[in-house]
Amino acid sequence: MGLLSFLDREHTVAGPGYNRWLVPPAALCVHLCIGQAYAYSVFNLPMTKLIGITQSAPDDWKLTELGWIFSIAIFFLGVSSAIFGRWVEEGGPRKAMFAAALCWAGGFFISAIGVQVHNLWLIYLGYGVLGGIALGIGYISPVSTLIKWFPDRPGMATGMAIMGFGGGAFIASPLSVWLMSKFSSPTHIGVMETFVVLGVVYLFFMMVGSALVRVPAPGWKPEGFVPPRENKLITKNDVYVYDALKTPQFWLIWWVLCLNVTAGIGVLGQASAMSQEMFPGHITPVAAAGFVGLMSLFNMGGRFVWASTSDYIGRRNTYFVFMVLGFILYCTVPYTGSIGSVVGFVCCFLVIISMYGGGFSTVPAYLKDMFGTRYVGAIHGLLLTAWSMAGIFGPVLVNYIREYNVTHGVPKAQAYNTTMYIMAGLLVIGFICNLLVKAVDARFHMKDNETERAAADVAAVGKPAGA
Amino acid sequence: MQSAQQNGSSTLKLILAWGFVGIPLLWGVLQTLSNAMKLFQ
Repeated sequence: MGLLSFLDREHTVAGPGYNRWLVPPAALCVHLCIGQAYAYSVFNLPMTKLIGITQSAPDDWKLTELGWIFSIAIFFLGVSSAIFGRWVEEGGPRKAMFAAALCWAGGFFISAIGVQVHNLWLIYLGYGVLGGIALGIGYISPVSTLIKWFPDRPGMATGMAIMGFGGGAFIASPLSVWLMSKFSSPTHIGVMETFVVLGVVYLFFMMVGSALVRVPAPGWKPEGFVPPRENKLITKNDVYVYDALKTPQFWLIWWVLCLNVTAGIGVLGQASAMSQEMFPGHITPVAAAGFVGLMSLFNMGGRFVWASTSDYIGRRNTYFVFMVLGFILYCTVPYTGSIGSVVGFVCCFLVIISMYGGGFSTVPAYLKDMFGTRYVGAIHGLLLTAWSMAGIFGPVLVNYIREYNVTHGVPKAQAYNTTMYIMAGLLVIGFICNLLVKAVDARFHMKDNETERAAADVAAVGKPAGA
Repeated sequence: MQSAQQNGSSTLKLILAWGFVGIPLLWGVLQTLSNAMKLFQ
C-alpha cells in the first residue's frame, strides 16, 4: 500500500508555482494513446491471414469474428466509465491514469499472446475487455482535473484532451502499418510483435502522463480569475453522482449527446462508400480514402474549436448550433448529390463531422455547468453510455435504410437521401431536448459539501483527504 | 534570482511536456493530411 501511495490524490496536489499548462499534455499522454482504438481496423485484414500469410486459410479468423474485438472494447468503455466513474473522481487522476495504463498495455500484451497461440478469445479478453476498461477509465480520468485547473475556460481545457482521443488514430494508424511491415516476412505476419511494441510505447507514454498530472490545492483559483456573472445555467453547487441520475437534466443531456453522436457516427463509418455511391465516377476509391482522412482531421479539430467556442457562447447555445446547423446540412446533402456538387457534399460533411467531435468535447463542460465540478468526471462516465447506444443506432440506421432502398429499386446515388432526412429529424428531437434543459432543482444540490466530500474521500481512499 | 530560475525550469518543463505529445501528434496529422490530399488529385 505504501509502495503505491504516490498514486493517491493527496500526493498529487500541486505545489506553489506549478504551471497549470502542464496538465493538458498530461491528459493528452493518455488520450492520444487510447485514441488508438479508432485505428484498430488496420489490424483486421492482416489478422485474417495469420496462418495463410498471402491469403486467408480455412483456419484463419474471419472479418466478422474480428469485428467483435472493437465492439467489445466500446461496450466495456461505456460500462467501465459508468462503474468506475466515482472511483476515478475520488481516487484522483494519477491513480486512474496509472490503472488505465496498466489495463491498456496489458490488453495489448494479452492480445499478442492470443495472436501467437492463435486464440481469438484471448484477444477478446485482452483488447476487448481489458482494453475497453482502459478506454473507459482513461477517457474520463483527466476531465474533472482539467475543469478544476481551468475554471475560466473549461470547454477549451477538456476540448484539448478529448481532441487527443480523436488524434490518437493519426499516430497509431501509420505507426502500426510501419511496425507490421518491419516485423513481417514472407512466412510471418508481424501482428504479435507490433502489439508488444505498441503495448510498451503506450505504457511509457501513459505513465509519463500519470507522473505529470497534478490536482490544484483546495480553493486554488487562476490569477485574476473573476467568476462568471450570475447565470442560471452555470451552477455554483455540486450534485452527487447518483443524484444526478435522478434529474431530468442528466437524461436530457444524455439524449442530446446520443442524438448528436448517432447523426455523426453513422456517416463517419460509411463515408467512403457513401461518397463513391453518391458520386459514381467523380469520387474514386483513392479520393474517398482522402475524404475519410479529411473527415478525421475535422473530427479532431472540431473537438477543440467547438468546445473552446462554448466558453464564449455557452454550452446550451453550442448544442443549439449543432442541432440547427446539422439539420440544415443534412437536408442539403441530398441536394448536393442531385446537382452533382462534390465540393458542396464534402463541405457539408466536414462541418457535420466537426460538430460530431464537438458534441463529445463540449459535454463535460455542459455537465460541469449543470452539476458542479465535484463529481463531473463520474457523471461524465455515466453519460458515456449514450455513446455506446449511438454506436449501435448510427451505423444501423445508415446501413439498413440504404439496404432497404437499394433492394426496393432506389438508385444507389439516391439511396442515402432518406437516411439524411432521418438524421435531420433526430437533430430536431435533440434540439427540443436541449431546449428543455433548465437549471437543476436546488433539492439535488449537496447540502454540506465539505462534510460529504470528506466522507466520500474516506470511503474511497481509506483516510481523510489531506491527511 | 531564485524566481528567475524557477520560471526558467517551468518554461523548460512546458516545452518538454508539449513537445512530448505535440511532435507525435503533428507527425500523425501530417501523415493524414498527405493522404487526404488524394481527394483533390
